[in-house]
Amino acid sequence: MGSILFSHLAGIVVTYLLTVFIGIVLGRYMYKVYSGDPTWSDTLFVPIEKLIFRVCRIHAKEEFDWKDNMKMMLSINLIWFIISMLLLTNMKWLPLNPNHISSMSPDLAFNTTISFLVNCDLQTYIPETQISYLGQIWLMFLQFVSAATGMAACILIFRAFREKSLSRIGNFEVYFVKSITRILLPLSLLLSIIFIWRGMPMNFAANQHIITLEHHKQTIAEGPVAAFVPIKHLGTNGGGFFNANSAHPFENPDYLTNMLEMIAQAVIPIGLIFTFGYFIRNRKLAWIIFCVMTMGFLLLVIPNVWMEIQGNPAIRALGIDNRLGNMEGKEVRLGTAASGYWSVITTVISTGSTNAMLGSYMPLSAMNMLLGMMVNAFYGGVGAGFINFFIYLILAVFIAGMMVGRTPEFMGKKIEAREMKIAALLVLLHPFLILIATAWAIYVYLHHPVYHAWIMNPGPHGFTAMLYEYTSAAANNGSAFAELSANNPWWNISTGIVLLLGRYPSIIGGVAIAGLLGRKQYVPQSAGTLRVDTYTFGVVLFAVIVIIAALSFFPALSLGPIAEYFLIH
Amino acid sequence: MARKIKAPALFDRRLLREAFLQSFIKLHPRLMIHNPVMFTVEVGTALMVVVTFIAVLHLMLGEPVAYNAVIAIILLFTLLFANFAEGLAEARGKAQAESLRKTREDTIAKRLPYKDADPAEAEMIPASQLRKGDIFFCEAGDIIPSDGEIIEGIASIDESAITGESAPVIREAGGDRSGVTGGTKVLSDWIKVRVTINRGESYLDKMISLVEGASRQKTPNEVALTILLASLTLVFIVVCVTLSFFAAYAHTQISLAAYIALFVCLIPTTIGGLLSAIGIAGMNRALQANIIAKSGKAVETAGDVDTLLLDKTGTITIGNRKATRFHPLQGVDLQHLIDCAVLSSMADDTPEGRSILELAKQYPDKTKFPDATMIPFTAETRTSGIDLPNRKIRKGSVDAVGHLCAQAGHPLTQEAYAIVESISKNGGTPLVVSENGQALGIIELQDIIKPGIQERFQRLRKMGVKTVMVTGDNPLTAKYIAEKAGVDDYIAEAKPEDKMQYIRKEQQEGKLVAMMGDGTNDAPALAQADVGVAMNSGTQAAKEAGNMVDLDNDPTKLIEVVEIGKQLLITRGTLTTFSIANDIAKYFAIIPALFINQIPGFQALNIMHLHSPQSAILSAVIFNAIIIPLLIPLAMRGVAYQPVGATALLRRNLLIYGVGGLILPFIGIKCIDLLISVL
Repeated sequence: MGSILFSHLAGIVVTYLLTVFIGIVLGRYMYKVYSGDPTWSDTLFVPIEKLIFRVCRIHAKEEFDWKDNMKMMLSINLIWFIISMLLLTNMKWLPLNPNHISSMSPDLAFNTTISFLVNCDLQTYIPETQISYLGQIWLMFLQFVSAATGMAACILIFRAFREKSLSRIGNFEVYFVKSITRILLPLSLLLSIIFIWRGMPMNFAANQHIITLEHHKQTIAEGPVAAFVPIKHLGTNGGGFFNANSAHPFENPDYLTNMLEMIAQAVIPIGLIFTFGYFIRNRKLAWIIFCVMTMGFLLLVIPNVWMEIQGNPAIRALGIDNRLGNMEGKEVRLGTAASGYWSVITTVISTGSTNAMLGSYMPLSAMNMLLGMMVNAFYGGVGAGFINFFIYLILAVFIAGMMVGRTPEFMGKKIEAREMKIAALLVLLHPFLILIATAWAIYVYLHHPVYHAWIMNPGPHGFTAMLYEYTSAAANNGSAFAELSANNPWWNISTGIVLLLGRYPSIIGGVAIAGLLGRKQYVPQSAGTLRVDTYTFGVVLFAVIVIIAALSFFPALSLGPIAEYFLIH
Repeated sequence: MARKIKAPALFDRRLLREAFLQSFIKLHPRLMIHNPVMFTVEVGTALMVVVTFIAVLHLMLGEPVAYNAVIAIILLFTLLFANFAEGLAEARGKAQAESLRKTREDTIAKRLPYKDADPAEAEMIPASQLRKGDIFFCEAGDIIPSDGEIIEGIASIDESAITGESAPVIREAGGDRSGVTGGTKVLSDWIKVRVTINRGESYLDKMISLVEGASRQKTPNEVALTILLASLTLVFIVVCVTLSFFAAYAHTQISLAAYIALFVCLIPTTIGGLLSAIGIAGMNRALQANIIAKSGKAVETAGDVDTLLLDKTGTITIGNRKATRFHPLQGVDLQHLIDCAVLSSMADDTPEGRSILELAKQYPDKTKFPDATMIPFTAETRTSGIDLPNRKIRKGSVDAVGHLCAQAGHPLTQEAYAIVESISKNGGTPLVVSENGQALGIIELQDIIKPGIQERFQRLRKMGVKTVMVTGDNPLTAKYIAEKAGVDDYIAEAKPEDKMQYIRKEQQEGKLVAMMGDGTNDAPALAQADVGVAMNSGTQAAKEAGNMVDLDNDPTKLIEVVEIGKQLLITRGTLTTFSIANDIAKYFAIIPALFINQIPGFQALNIMHLHSPQSAILSAVIFNAIIIPLLIPLAMRGVAYQPVGATALLRRNLLIYGVGGLILPFIGIKCIDLLISVL
């Protein structure tokens, strides 16, 4: 057992170190791409981009203020929303539907559209039976553009702090196009090739009906899986091609693909931290931010790996061999350590893909997943995660700035009432969405017995499932606790609204703060200025995140995973 | 310096009574709403009172009456404590300002009907009846009844009532020392003064209104902090309200008292309750330093100052430069040089000019030169002199007089420049004396640098404040003194517009600039500066232009002003940190208490081993309430500022108030719980 445990642990350590290494390299590359420095990819992509800019009438040289940039973002997102609604509700008669799948109901189409548009990929539909290949391809497209939306918005923030004072913080459209052509597409292609080699299907064939050795009928679903899965992780989307997501052998054939999928989802969020360092010419601050995020990540991932390896004490009490750990709901080819690691990397980052049944994790493992989404900024989703972190950064600067006796400044820009108003609203919004939506659902559940079918497992576990669903929606994560029947109008519509509110306000607010600060007069640094690139400030930052963001959920968590923990022990 | 207005003792009985009264008056919701954090506590208290009454009426409801009543009372005390802090700060501010104002209330003014009226025509009226524009007369022995500007006469005045400085000062019409302050005493001679301000509009009156609740404006940082605190409060409203739904799902009974206790403990009541007291106390500290700030914002801005413009004279050097030696040029008789120096300095009223007469020990009478034209000293020409028949005697800066000589065809000789150079190198100031365009010799003026000033500049540098010496000296002298005193930069041969330009230049770089000034020609620069401190002895224009007035006329006061501003922000920041850090312990007190009856496993989270759920909740609420009065002294005095660099300061405050705020409530709540369980 010892050597298996060792190799499992070594596997996740190697996975993490590779992730960080690739992230650092990618961070520098992304900086070059966005700042227009020459890169190896120029010769191939510059002509393509020029063509795109000409066709779309994008003036690549022009820059805009934060408001115009955000208008661009919202308008393009609105267009995708409309196309998506039309497509998903008319799949039945559209091409690429060999399995004769019928169109989605409006509420399911709404939930699915919003969910993929906001980089969440909460899936209340069953992909194998409820979406055609055209629908899958469209969702794949949304996975690219939603990731690029977050990345482009994030670069606008970086740009705002690059110069001493500027009001035009860049061009959203250019960053958006480059995110896709230079980063997401090449990396996805590379991953696709590896995935096909490892046995992932890539076809548009109809389902195969086979008779197994035991003479059971079995339907084998296939499709363009190898094209879908890379962007699902690179773009921190997480929407599965199959219902079982990355637990499905076609979506995650072996340990190597499992590693690659875990690495792929974290490299861009980690890389963006270092891109920020290059943009603001302060790589130390990037390292401080990385350390704070990593600290949070480790505090969540280490207990999860440990608890999953330990297994369930209630099962051990029954005298059942529990040495493989908590294997309920897990894939034997992946094991408890890698699944424990996956559960946290996918929730601190807003991917939300799964390689095991989340509802079968140990209660406190579920709590850590929830916490990852409640904070939503330990690495975080592509672009959006850094924007969330940026809000915490502003709060920490405000508190620490006062403590050194000056009006708080970040990168030489004074943080005043207007910026605080936006930051305070955003800090408020996340618990607001999660707690109020959950409370409302619980009210409905308790007072209308017809809805009792929502929950398969009443008690704390059922509560956790509901809390999880809205937390996942508000954090634009998309993972599901899988113990909730959520494909019905209540959940489709309510999570759809939470998804929208969890996405756009925080992006717009973050970019607005950066835009407002960007145009302010630059105050040169002196001995009395708060330095943010110090570990002391890192401590403040971490404390602010833990106390303000995480602890407001303590009462709710007490009634869910913590209560369940005490029931088991 | 012996200050007249001492800070009243922190717990002076009269002030306590006033604050006690105020803590009830301020319970009015209309006043309370200005403080969103405490307003929600008030709503919670009101709810608890109602619940208690309902429980009294229907004893069968199962709500324990005594427990509810106790919670309601503790919440009420939380409110009263917060109000008390604010009331005490206000009372202290008012007491300080009143003691300043009192001196001028009961004096008699000798009002003159018109400007040139004979003092005999003066009408005796109480000072309180003086209006802006009135003219009054004061002679030796009189108390000056109101602030004003001397329009005629010269007098020595004892300003110790205001400044605590016992040496009399000279105030005279015209020039930059024409301002007089009500409450000071004329020691010799007489003056006619025009009242410059209406009763109720003086700086003191403004200051009093600044510390009083009604007209007090929140400063920009206070507004931003209030927004943050309000949003945290909202978060916890949501946390507590939604918890009731979650508890219903879990079939857990949680009493209203427990919800409200949880809410009140989690919201930042400590900083919320002390916030306005901290702001007022900052103003009070300014007043204690004899500075009248025209707004709270000005005090706060002072903490952000990046650049300090300091006049050399009086700040860096003791008093004024004094003439120390006459250097005749070759072939010039020393006595002739001295005579010419004296003649040319007759029209120079600057302290330097007078020091030349003192060195020569000659005090000529102006009236003995009927056919002479006096050329008074101005900062523009930088010369003074006298035109006698056939003799044009000039004295002034090397540039100015050198230029005159060159025009007359006798440019300064190598010898003259050598003397000038050697004087400048030693930090002295050379003045050239010329007669009919021919240089006679050079007067050496010397500065004496204040002892201890280097350390103060060192301290400022550690704060990140750049010091700039402003002087009329030539660059060589300026450089010498700047280096010796340890200032970062200097403006030599400064004209008023140079100051202005320097301020603008710094501001364009994004820096905040503070300066001190007294003259009318300082007014534009005072207005331009982010923090402009006018000396009380300065002209009305200067006092109008600045945003603070220094009653002591002490140019080093700027340094104190900066520290007061920083202290204000630090006190707010550290108490915010403390307040937020407290939450962790309170969670661990209350959360197990809420659920322990339903799920006994929660005992594991009761890490403080509190006696019972009720005692846990009570202890948390009591701790939450009594921490406010315990921190009042800190809020009043302010957290000490140490110029050790921002990161070291952050680390220090984080250790004391962050880590302290984390640990202290664990100890405090446990102790209170022990007490309760004994009772």
